[in-house]
Amino acid sequence: MSLEVTDLVITLGGRAVVDGVSFTVEPGKRLGLIGESGSGKSLTCLAVLGLLPAGAQVSGSIRWAGRELMGAGDRALAAIRGKEIGIVFQEPTTALDPIRTIGNQIGESLRIHYGLSGRETRDRVIRMVDRVQLPEPEHIIRRYPHQLSGGQRQRVAIAMALITGPRLVIADEPTTALDVTVQAGILEVFDDLVTSSGASLIFITHDIALLSQMSGAGVVLAGGRVVESGPVEQIIHAPAHPITAQLAAAARATGWRVPAGVA
Amino acid sequence: MSVRPVRPPRWLAEVWRRPGGAFGVTVVGFVLLSAVVSLFWTPQPLLATDTSAGWLGPSATHLLGTDQIGRDVFSWLLAGSRTTVVVVVAATALTALIGFPLGALSALLPARLSEPLVVLIDILVAFPVLLVAMLLSAPFGGSLGVVVVAVGFGAGVNVARVTRPEILRVSQSDYMLAARASGVGTVSGLLQHVAPNVGPVAIVQLSQAAGTAILAEAGLTFLGYGAPSSTPSWGRSLSDAQSFIGVAPASVVWPGLAIALTVLALNLLGDAVREALDPRLRRAGVATGPETVTVSSGIAAPDGADGRVDSDAVRGDIPPAARPLAVTGSGTARGQGADHVA
Repeated sequence: MSLEVTDLVITLGGRAVVDGVSFTVEPGKRLGLIGESGSGKSLTCLAVLGLLPAGAQVSGSIRWAGRELMGAGDRALAAIRGKEIGIVFQEPTTALDPIRTIGNQIGESLRIHYGLSGRETRDRVIRMVDRVQLPEPEHIIRRYPHQLSGGQRQRVAIAMALITGPRLVIADEPTTALDVTVQAGILEVFDDLVTSSGASLIFITHDIALLSQMSGAGVVLAGGRVVESGPVEQIIHAPAHPITAQLAAAARATGWRVPAGVA
Repeated sequence: MSVRPVRPPRWLAEVWRRPGGAFGVTVVGFVLLSAVVSLFWTPQPLLATDTSAGWLGPSATHLLGTDQIGRDVFSWLLAGSRTTVVVVVAATALTALIGFPLGALSALLPARLSEPLVVLIDILVAFPVLLVAMLLSAPFGGSLGVVVVAVGFGAGVNVARVTRPEILRVSQSDYMLAARASGVGTVSGLLQHVAPNVGPVAIVQLSQAAGTAILAEAGLTFLGYGAPSSTPSWGRSLSDAQSFIGVAPASVVWPGLAIALTVLALNLLGDAVREALDPRLRRAGVATGPETVTVSSGIAAPDGADGRVDSDAVRGDIPPAARPLAVTGSGTARGQGADHVA
């Protein structure tokens, strides 16, 4: 199942915040959406799921597995969300419902889309919790978000997004809000899970250092427009646009080195 | 609805664990019990009067004494709780019935419909409950129904005004977005995420409305807009007793105490239920720790002479042994001290 976004325009408050963005994600392939904050990368992904904030106007075409999602009803989109397309958000501190248990939230999409019984849901939730390497799965599913660290919460969010085995996973800066030591471990778990499931991945980031660990195609956004696209290696080594060069320079300033293996 | 996040026995235990909750449950339970018992039995018949036995002191037959026409004060107090219970239940139900739908509509309707509704709610909030009751009692006469409608209406628009921003906050939250991204539909999102998250605030609002209902009933009956004179009610007892406050000052104490305690109990119970329902507040009461001690010892540590902090300088020479105490004394001195030690 492939995702084709064509000429996407999102207008918020009379301003085009995403202006004519097009890209394609082939089945099982990866796409990096790169850009500074405010470049429209997160909105682009929310548009794919039909979750733009009220008041946003959107046009263009979003085709998922041959179906047009633009203009599809909320019910039709809800059937795709969390089942065929899963998303991991940036902010682990606020992305979990504070008064529901971890297990309840991870199992939510299973109950919605597959109507599994409590027992089956619980078993699959525990297995998933184990796969994202959270400690003591049986115990942790009964806890509440405030009892977990930021890194643990992001593992929960990853489990939430991946438990139904979606064919496309969107990761919206999943490790940006975490400190560097935690980032690496979570990224590894996430990468393994996506690879083993064979799902397509859209990886949103402003961090070239992170991007270099994710091979595949890349699209650089600036001011809501695509300013550069091509294989990630090419974007990293021969940035064609000043914005890309800036992002690479920013990554270098924090100690990142262009990986030697690619040339 | 099959996936209730609320664990039934657990939160009740949590309510009971809190002093306010235990007090609230006890008093409210006692009021309910007296209301039921007084339907079948009161220590003395309510209508038994004996003008020769007015203003008797407390005794075995008259636990709290008698009033001016020899009626048993305790019996009337028990029977008065019936009115309180009826008014509280009816007024709170009406408050919820008006408040929550109005709050939800004003939060969730498209802006062109919700904005006029918000203005309307703001205007309605301006009408005091007492005024509404008086307006209603002009054509309909004073009755408990008037009290219930006035309180239900007055408290209802207040509840709507308070729940609206709460509903907005939750429905625009990141976790609501995440839930929708998991495929949660509009209606189940409202039932499973918005309602449970707004619920605790709503419960506090309702418990306050219940308290308001008691006060309004008593106040309106006192003024003659509430219960007719044949209905036993704490407000009625208070109103009757106040003419004789010079003769028997104690006579206003009992109904007054009953009203005050019940209102207090309802408010404390509401707070306790809210805390018990919120997993983040479960252990809050116990967790505040002895941070003061650790910080102050940190300041006192730098080897003797150099450990001089602002408060020492101001006070002049304080023997080193006394220093930690002087520093712990006030929060500000501690804060400044920490900056200067380095």
